[in-house]
Amino acid sequence: MGLNEKPLSTLHEKASYDLADFEVPTGREEAWRFTPLSRLKGLHNGQAAASGQVVTQVYTPEGVRAEWVGRDDERIGKAYVPADRVSAQAYNGFEKALVVTVPKEAVPGDAITVEIKGNGGEGAAYGHIVVVVEPMAQATVVVQHEGSAVYADNVEFVVGDGATLKVVSLQDWADDAVHVSHHHAQLAKDATFRSFVVTLGGDLVRLSPSVSYTGPGGDADLSGVYFVDAGQHLEHRLLVDHSQPNCKSNVDYRGALQGEDAHAVWIGDVIIRVAAEGTDTYELNRNLILTDGARADSVPNLEILTGEVAGAGHASTSGRLDDEHIFYLQARGIPFDEARRLVIRGFLGQLIEKIQVEELRERVMNAVEAELAR
Amino acid sequence: MSTLEIRDLKVAVEDKEILRGVNLTVKAGETHAIMGPNGSGKSTLAYAIAGHPKYTITGGEVLLDGVDLLELSVDERARAGLFLAMQYPVEVPGVSVSNFLRSAVTSVRGEAPKLREFAKDLKSGMDALAIDAAFAQRNLNEGFSGGEKKRHEILQLELLKPKIAVLDETDSGLDVDALRVVSEGINRFRASGETGVLLITHYTRILRYVKPDFVHVFAAGRVVEEGGPELADKLEAEGYEQYTKASA
Ligand SMILES: Nc1ncnc2c1ncn2[C@@H]1O[C@H](COP(=O)(O)OP(=O)(O)OP(=O)(O)O)[C@@H](O)[C@H]1O
Ligand SMILES: [Mg+2]
Repeated sequence: MGLNEKPLSTLHEKASYDLADFEVPTGREEAWRFTPLSRLKGLHNGQAAASGQVVTQVYTPEGVRAEWVGRDDERIGKAYVPADRVSAQAYNGFEKALVVTVPKEAVPGDAITVEIKGNGGEGAAYGHIVVVVEPMAQATVVVQHEGSAVYADNVEFVVGDGATLKVVSLQDWADDAVHVSHHHAQLAKDATFRSFVVTLGGDLVRLSPSVSYTGPGGDADLSGVYFVDAGQHLEHRLLVDHSQPNCKSNVDYRGALQGEDAHAVWIGDVIIRVAAEGTDTYELNRNLILTDGARADSVPNLEILTGEVAGAGHASTSGRLDDEHIFYLQARGIPFDEARRLVIRGFLGQLIEKIQVEELRERVMNAVEAELAR
Repeated sequence: MSTLEIRDLKVAVEDKEILRGVNLTVKAGETHAIMGPNGSGKSTLAYAIAGHPKYTITGGEVLLDGVDLLELSVDERARAGLFLAMQYPVEVPGVSVSNFLRSAVTSVRGEAPKLREFAKDLKSGMDALAIDAAFAQRNLNEGFSGGEKKRHEILQLELLKPKIAVLDETDSGLDVDALRVVSEGINRFRASGETGVLLITHYTRILRYVKPDFVHVFAAGRVVEEGGPELADKLEAEGYEQYTKASA
C-alpha cells in the first residue's frame, strides 16, 4: 500500500445481479448473523417456491407517471445492484416492475401511494419498484405493506439534480408475514432525500435502506421507528456510502420492544470514502426495552477513509423505561399503563414529528397508537 | 374535612434507615412547615408518602381521611387527593406539558375535562403564575430553568386541586418575583380552607408569604421540635446546630 492510498472499505463491497455470485448464507456471515434464517421461509436458499402473490396498487397524483414494465426495461437496476443473496433472489424473481416517474421540475400536490398487500397463500412473491424523480422535481412517496405474505423486493429511488424525494415506508404486516427488502436511494448533485421507515408488523422483517451519491451536495435523512412485540424479529440495516464531496447524511432510528423473544436489530454502516471530503454524517439508534425477554442488537459502524470530514459521529443506546418518568406521571394521578404509553409515545413521537406532511404524520402516529393499545 | 396522619413512619433507602419514626398530622385548613438541615430526611418523607419505589417503608402508617395510603399505588394516592411538588421535578422527553396536564386532570377527576374549559383553566392558571403560553407545547420540564420547573409544579397543584399538598422546597431556586408569584399560587390553593399544606423549606423567606400555623424541626429522620410560626424565626437566627448535636 503506497503512502497516498487509503484502504478500501470492508463494508458491503459485494454486489451482483447474478444469484450464483452469492452463496447461501449459513448464519455465520456478518450480514446474516442476527437474522433467524429458519424463519425466512426459504427466501435465502432457493427453496421458496415463487408461487406467492402480493397485490400492488399505485395511486399517482396528476403529472406523475406509473408504468408496469418487463424485466428488460433499461431503468431497472441502474441505481442499485443487489448486495446480498435474498436481494439477488428478488431481483431474479420478479415478473413485472413498477416504474414511477416524476418529471423534471414537477411538484405534484399529493403523495404517490404504493400499497402492497399480501393475501396469504403458499410460496414467496418478489417485487421491484423504481421511483425516478427527475431534476428539480419534488415528490412524496408512501409505500405501505400489509396482509400476510413471504415477500422480497428491491426498491430504487433515483433522485435527480436538485430534486427532493420524501419517502414514508410503512411495514404494517400481519403477524405471520416475512419481508426482506432493500431500499436504495441514489442522490445526484444537490439532491435531497428524506426516508421515514415505520415497522410494526410481521414475523420477520429485514429492511435495508441504503444511500449512494453521484454528485456533491446530496443530503439524506433516514429516520425510522419500530415497535417489536413478542416473537417478532424486526431488522433494519442501514448503509450510507459517501463517495462524493460535501454531502450530508443523518440516520436516526428508534424502537420499543416488549415481550418474550421480541428482537430488534439495527445496523448502521457509514462509509466515507477518500473522495468524500467535507462529509457531514451522524447516526443514532435508541432502543427502549420494555420487558424482560426482549433483545435489541445495535451496531453502528463508521468507516472513515479520508482525513477531511466536516463531522462524523454515531451513538447507540438501549435502556429501560425511566422509573423517574413513570413516577412523576403517576404522582399526578396517571395510572401506570397510561403513564407508560405516554412515555413510549413521547419517545417515538419525537421522531415522528419530523414527518412534515400532517396527514402522513397522523397516520404514522395512529399506527403507533394502535400498536401501543394492543 | 381532610386529614393526613403520619404515624411512627419508618423508611429505609437501600437498607439504610433514614426516617426513624415520624409523627405528624395535617388537617384541612392548616399549613405546616418542616424545616431541617440537609440530609435530615425531609425529601425522604415527601417521597415515601407519595410512594416513590426507591423508598422502603419499614414501619408506621400514613392515613388520608382514614385510608391507608401505603397500601395504594402512586397514582391511586394522587387520585385519593395527595399531591407532591417535587424538589427536583423530572424532565420527561416527548411528553408535552398540555398533553400531560390533560391526562393528569382526566385521571384525577375521573373524566376528561371539556376541551374548551380545560384550555381556559390552563391559560388562566399559566397567566396567574406568569408562565408563557408557549410552555404548553414544550416537553414536560425539559430544559426548564429551576424556577420555571417550580412554577409548573404549582400550576399542577392548582389544576389538580388535591386535598393535601406536600411542597418540597418549592421556594428554593426562585428569585424574589417568582417567589411572590409561587406563594400567591399556594395561597390561592389554601384559600378555600378545605386543603392542607405541608411545606418543606430551609428558609423563612417563603413563610413571610405563606404563613404557617405550625413549624416542625426535622433532624436525623424525625421531628425533634414543634411550635408556632415564631419557631421559624428562631431557627433562622440560631440555625440547626442544637438539634443536630442533640440527635447525633
Ligand atoms: N439511594 C440512597 N442511598 C443511600 N442513601 C440515600 C439514598 N438516597 C438518599 N439517601 C440519604 O438519605 C438522607 C436523607 O436524604 P433527603 O433527600 O431526604 O434529605 P433532605 O432533608 O431532603 O435534604 P435537603 O435539605 O438537602 O433536600 C441523606 O443522608 C441521603 O444521603
Ligand atoms: Mg430534600
